[in-house]
Amino acid sequence: MPSTAALVSQAFNGLALGSLLALVASGLTIILGTLGVLNFAHGALFAVGAYTAFVMMQATHSFVLALLGGCAIMLIIGFAMERLVIRHFYARPDEDQILVTYGIGIVLVEALRAYFGGNSQRVPVPSWGIGATKLGFMVYPTYRLQLIGIVAALLAGLYLVLYRTSVGLVVRAGIENAGMVGILGIDVRRTFLFVFAVGIVAVGLAGMLYAPVVAVTPDMGASFMVQSFVVIVLGGLGSFPGAVIGGLIAGEIISLTSAFDSAYSEVMLYGLMALVLVARPQGLFGTEGRV
Amino acid sequence: MSLLEVERINTLYGDSHVLFDVSLHVAENEVVALLGRNGAGKTTTLRSLMGVLKPRSGAIRLNGRPIQGLAPARIARAGMQLVPEERAVFGGLTVEENLRVARLTAEKPWPLDRIWEVFPRLKERRTSRGRTLSGGEQQMLSIARALIRDPSLILLDEPFEGLAPLIVQDLVELTKRLAADGRTIVVVEQNVAAVLSFADRVYGFNNGHVVYEGRAADLRADAAPMRGFMGLAA
Ligand SMILES: Nc1ncnc2c1ncn2[C@@H]1O[C@H](COP(=O)(O)OP(=O)(O)O)[C@@H](O)[C@H]1O
Ligand SMILES: [Mg+2]
Repeated sequence: MPSTAALVSQAFNGLALGSLLALVASGLTIILGTLGVLNFAHGALFAVGAYTAFVMMQATHSFVLALLGGCAIMLIIGFAMERLVIRHFYARPDEDQILVTYGIGIVLVEALRAYFGGNSQRVPVPSWGIGATKLGFMVYPTYRLQLIGIVAALLAGLYLVLYRTSVGLVVRAGIENAGMVGILGIDVRRTFLFVFAVGIVAVGLAGMLYAPVVAVTPDMGASFMVQSFVVIVLGGLGSFPGAVIGGLIAGEIISLTSAFDSAYSEVMLYGLMALVLVARPQGLFGTEGRV
Repeated sequence: MSLLEVERINTLYGDSHVLFDVSLHVAENEVVALLGRNGAGKTTTLRSLMGVLKPRSGAIRLNGRPIQGLAPARIARAGMQLVPEERAVFGGLTVEENLRVARLTAEKPWPLDRIWEVFPRLKERRTSRGRTLSGGEQQMLSIARALIRDPSLILLDEPFEGLAPLIVQDLVELTKRLAADGRTIVVVEQNVAAVLSFADRVYGFNNGHVVYEGRAADLRADAAPMRGFMGLAA
């Protein structure tokens, strides 16, 4: 039996992992809901985000500048992907969309491997995040606490855009019925481009923020992608609140199970997903209308 | 010049040819009904006008401007507004949010208060999500979403279908008021009696062909011509 302190510390790890999963899954689920495309390149883009942090950090020696530059790069990648490839697949069958996004993912990962090599890279913890913070009952790495705060702020920002702006209104309507949004005079193609780019920046940011905590490798996004697929199924396809709550639940399950035996963490995650799907096939927050 | 002119459009779903040389015209302030059995091609006609389906050939002009081949969003901004058969209310959005989406790209949108005047029931439910509305309320919202854009032409696809008689009565009254206000409307409806009570002109559809064109007043006086496109029901 792990000690209480160890469990509490794992619960915080779960919060950090869960909030990152929430950010990754948010982009995935909004893209799926609005564009109808399941983006299998999402894991690769997570790694691309981490590598942009690595490169920008070496160039600027400032984590904040690295994040800003990284966002700009992810934005360009998102725009280019949607304009050059994805938009030509909206009307195509699901299999084609899966194949093309999966293919883009492979190309990106192999490009990273070709350029940076297969060995892992390290991104230093930002100067303002070095060390540990006393929380009274335990000591916890400062950057991980900040990570939770930053991701929470990003998710709150995403919430405000989705629920308090006209663009967000159009996105939420488009998740339910993009065709009807078009009939009401709104150019859905521009909305699609916006949604895709935001989703790509979100997953890229998750990769950048995670980079100082782990070894940066070309394949680092693979497990994140599988887990975030589970998250969006758990939360309800196309649901932003579902992705956030689902992400947090998944993060806690994985981390807390690891405190006992890490071999079982994914098993527990899939077990929970199965249970939820039996009780609520549409996921926690899913409805026929979604969101 | 008619507000809407449709010249010999042909529309297909994949390889299946559904509309054959459909021509019709709608003058300003006119209420035109499209009648016909299930599967006759009425919905397909409305979807072709709105740009949801692209006719293979033929011409569609709104206010003299050709609109065939344009995306629905462009056609909506040219002044046409479809209220679809399935109503397509955004279930996760509130009543008010549904209306706000609709008015975003309208040139001269109605103020919300004007919508609330026409639909007091929707005002009561303004913060309710679309999916919690009754069928009649959803139909009102779907019509309200079109009206708030102040379109020059409204296409109503079976607005009374599946609703309780009392609610149908309300909606018929509403449609009559819209007609009296000089709105131009194309309406598809199985409830022939209801539709003939406010329509000016009628097109009869059969198997994707327009087989009848005439005045609603004539059909009210003598329903015999309807047998050709409505079958025994008429
Ligand atoms: N999505 C579709 N794909 C293929 N055929 C369709 C589709 N929608 C309608 N049809 C066919 O087109 C014809 C006309 O349908 P529709 O326009 O919906 O008729 P109406 O509205 O007059 O009842 C019918 O034969 C119907 O089966
Ligand atoms: Mg129909």
